[in-house]
Amino acid sequence: NTAMAAQMTDAHRRFLQVLMSHGIMEGSEARKLHRRCCEIHKVYYAHDKLDDFISIINSHLQPLFMQIRKGVSEGDGRAHYALVNLAETEITKMASDYTENELELFRKTMDLIILSENGFASSTDILNLADQLKTKKMKKKEAEQVLKVFVEDKWLSEKNGEYTLHTRCIIEMEQYILSNYQDVARKCNICHSLAIQSQICESCGIAMHLPCVRKYFRAQTEPRCPQCNDVWSCDIP
Amino acid sequence: MSQRKRSRGSGFSQGDDGDEDFNLSQMPTHSQVQRNLERRSQDQVNQKVSELVQFLLVKDQKKIPIKRADILKKVIREYKDVYSEIINRAGRILQQVFGLQLVEIDTKHHIYILTSDLPRAEGENLHQDNQTAKLGLLIVILSFIFMKGNSAKDSAVWEFLRRLRVQPGERHEVFGDVKKLVTEEFVRQKYLEITPIPLTDPPEFNYQWGPRAAKETSKRDVLRFVAKVQGKDPTFWMSQYTEAEA
Repeated sequence: NTAMAAQMTDAHRRFLQVLMSHGIMEGSEARKLHRRCCEIHKVYYAHDKLDDFISIINSHLQPLFMQIRKGVSEGDGRAHYALVNLAETEITKMASDYTENELELFRKTMDLIILSENGFASSTDILNLADQLKTKKMKKKEAEQVLKVFVEDKWLSEKNGEYTLHTRCIIEMEQYILSNYQDVARKCNICHSLAIQSQICESCGIAMHLPCVRKYFRAQTEPRCPQCNDVWSCDIP
Repeated sequence: MSQRKRSRGSGFSQGDDGDEDFNLSQMPTHSQVQRNLERRSQDQVNQKVSELVQFLLVKDQKKIPIKRADILKKVIREYKDVYSEIINRAGRILQQVFGLQLVEIDTKHHIYILTSDLPRAEGENLHQDNQTAKLGLLIVILSFIFMKGNSAKDSAVWEFLRRLRVQPGERHEVFGDVKKLVTEEFVRQKYLEITPIPLTDPPEFNYQWGPRAAKETSKRDVLRFVAKVQGKDPTFWMSQYTEAEA
């Protein structure tokens, strides 16, 4: 396994530091960064070898139960890279960063999002959870602030007063969500990854990511469900 | 995880000290640590090392200086007897894998930060946008303090900022509560040190560089910044230049 034998260079370390400070990076940003890091530290660069470059970093992160993982955004369908914890027992990275009741608010928000039809929870619904927290109640004003921080820290993203899980959160917590929300969490019928936002077949109930729907139905004149063959009732994005 | 105040909006006093900290007389010697290590499984110790690395990384991303007391309480716990081994290994890993250096900026209260081993690259956007703007403001303040001879009175600093249209009373479009950012957040992150000047009424304060500022930037960088902004050569300010090149 050549990746194991390969050493980290300062190019790899710089890439890792920058990725870490962003939390998550879009594919083209990551490729630009790869090039810059190799240029700065005069390390061999091949433009289509980003994944190999990352594998080397990952081989050194593995003993630390960390990994640079690639995931696809549910919004634009683009590939993103994020540094994640491999321990799936708890929301590890968040646990060091937030207080008990903030974590509880997050978990309850995540419940609302995953149980929802469209993968979004309204601001009102989330704020109503604030004074029912078991660890320590929160006033609505405080909860609003905490939500803002979750968005800044890229655990949640907000659109028109509604909140869903940020791509970074999904990449990091996919395993945790699939195991802890086993019966409720949906998987995309096309790519088989966790689907928070999705379109659902009215007849048979299978789910698909919006970018996956777009790709799958691109060629078809009459969109039909891949599972039950009924007409696909949702608008194709 | 115990209730712990977040860095945002909840200042804790500058006079924090390691009450719950290790008593110096309790620290095991190197040979004791080696003996204690033998009693524990390699895997368990490695696990603690990884946890510590992650803990340090998370804290440092927020620029929160890390107290030894927190490390012991939240990560090390019952492995106290091999603490020095764990922290040394974590330090080595941070260097080898991340190019980060674990630096003790306060040897009395045992407070750590992470600094990068890698030289800062021109035009590199290392931070998120919100952070970049804050750091911009910080550099401006640090420059002012340096040019004033490494220490400036609060009235001078705020007058200087007022001329840049950054006012403590108003809510700034980018920085929000500027007073809080400068006097609380920057102080807590150890970028600035603000000390009261004795026997002043109304109370006046002295602004100086904090230990993190000294580690993360240099007088030379700051002088170069000022020179660039003013379109002059750094040697224009002879005494600062001499100090910066020392």
